Amino acid sequence: MINWFKYSTPSTFYPLAGRLAPWFMLAAIAIGSLGLYIGFFLAPTDAQQGEGYRIIFLHVPVSWMSMFIYLVMAFWAAVGLAFNSRLSAMMARALAPTGAMFTFLSLWTGALWGKPMWGTWWVWDARLTSELILLFLYIGIMALQSAIENARRADKAGALLTLVGVVNIPIIYFSVEWWNTLHQGASVSLTRAPSMATIMLVAMLLVSLAAWMYTISVALIRARCIILERERHSTWVHRLNEKKP
Amino acid sequence: MMQSLGLAATYAVIRRDLGLAMRRKSDALTPVFFFVIVVSLFPLGIGAERDTLRQIAPGIIWVAALLASMLSLNRLFEEDHADGTLEQLMLSTAPLGMLVTGKVIAHWILTGVPLLFVAPLLALQFDLAPASLLTLATSLAIGTPVLSLLGAIGASLTIGLRGGGVLIALLVLPLYVPVLIFGAGAVASVNAGLGAESHFSLLAAALALAAFFSPLATTMALRIALE
Repeated sequence: MINWFKYSTPSTFYPLAGRLAPWFMLAAIAIGSLGLYIGFFLAPTDAQQGEGYRIIFLHVPVSWMSMFIYLVMAFWAAVGLAFNSRLSAMMARALAPTGAMFTFLSLWTGALWGKPMWGTWWVWDARLTSELILLFLYIGIMALQSAIENARRADKAGALLTLVGVVNIPIIYFSVEWWNTLHQGASVSLTRAPSMATIMLVAMLLVSLAAWMYTISVALIRARCIILERERHSTWVHRLNEKKP
Repeated sequence: MMQSLGLAATYAVIRRDLGLAMRRKSDALTPVFFFVIVVSLFPLGIGAERDTLRQIAPGIIWVAALLASMLSLNRLFEEDHADGTLEQLMLSTAPLGMLVTGKVIAHWILTGVPLLFVAPLLALQFDLAPASLLTLATSLAIGTPVLSLLGAIGASLTIGLRGGGVLIALLVLPLYVPVLIFGAGAVASVNAGLGAESHFSLLAAALALAAFFSPLATTMALRIALE
């Protein structure tokens, strides 16, 4: 059995993250280009929306990630608060900028999709608004973390704010069902057969997988930077420098 | 009973905070005047078209209430933190959650309750129908305690930080959005001839949730800030 706790100390996690990050990035590029190729060249044209629907292959994965990353952040935040472990707080912190980027991309691609289909860049509909609030939450969390100088307090305060904001996630996810909105309902769900062609679904899932890989890789790299910054006075970091010629 | 639940301590904190505020009445009145001024700016900026004003009145009044409540949040813990009272409160044997609840109630009495009486007068300037005035006051009565409760979380997270005032807006305003939607929505639906019951129920649900979770989160944030 693998001893997971071994990797919960920064000094052992740092080299592991360094070894893993490039592989995840490679996987992201490979799977992402395959998914986008299927989506943009092999998938058939949509009967109702024409070629314009193809932005779905970016919009849906990116929107899923925007919510999912927040949940992962909330998970690490909760672990960090409960067990007082340094690394989980660092992971939560490393994920926030990527989550904010995906939320922004989700709004951006949504606007590009909305213009040809709805005739407008933006409507104040429940899902769009709650996604916008998610972006504000990400920004608020990052602002709070960077405003507090004491690293421990910054981690914990950010974690608490993350947990408070987690109420927004179900609201975004179910907004298209709870309110009668312009945004179309979910095309994919776990409980019933998807209402789209299999090839489209495959492309979308591949791009989502690529977005996962990208997120993991970037979060690992960012966590490494945070570790170096925090542990710069420790002996193992100094030893890292000595090894280099 | 009063002692064991900490209700006596809650009452003492409310009395203390209100007493302190009454010593400096101008401080206590500033948010109310801010509220009045912000609301009066909109007709000047948008133009005094009666139909337009009637439509935007609920939103404007609610947004101004949000801002007024938010701007006075730094009074909640900042001064107590500066003179050491906060640390004494945390050392007290009474449960910290009850003390926090007391501070939140005092904050609401000072910033929320005056708005209940001022808002209907301002709404008259916006030509709202008498039926909507009562709805407006009711929605504010249920909604402003939620603002104070959620604001306490933001205030406790930003204790002692440079530029805390702007930061607090960034943290708290996204959380205020549901209150704004249902509060202004209640008045708008009465304007449109529909009932406001569903909006009131949702606001009350938000109040129940916030009243339970906010003191928990606030005490946690206070412990983080002062550890």
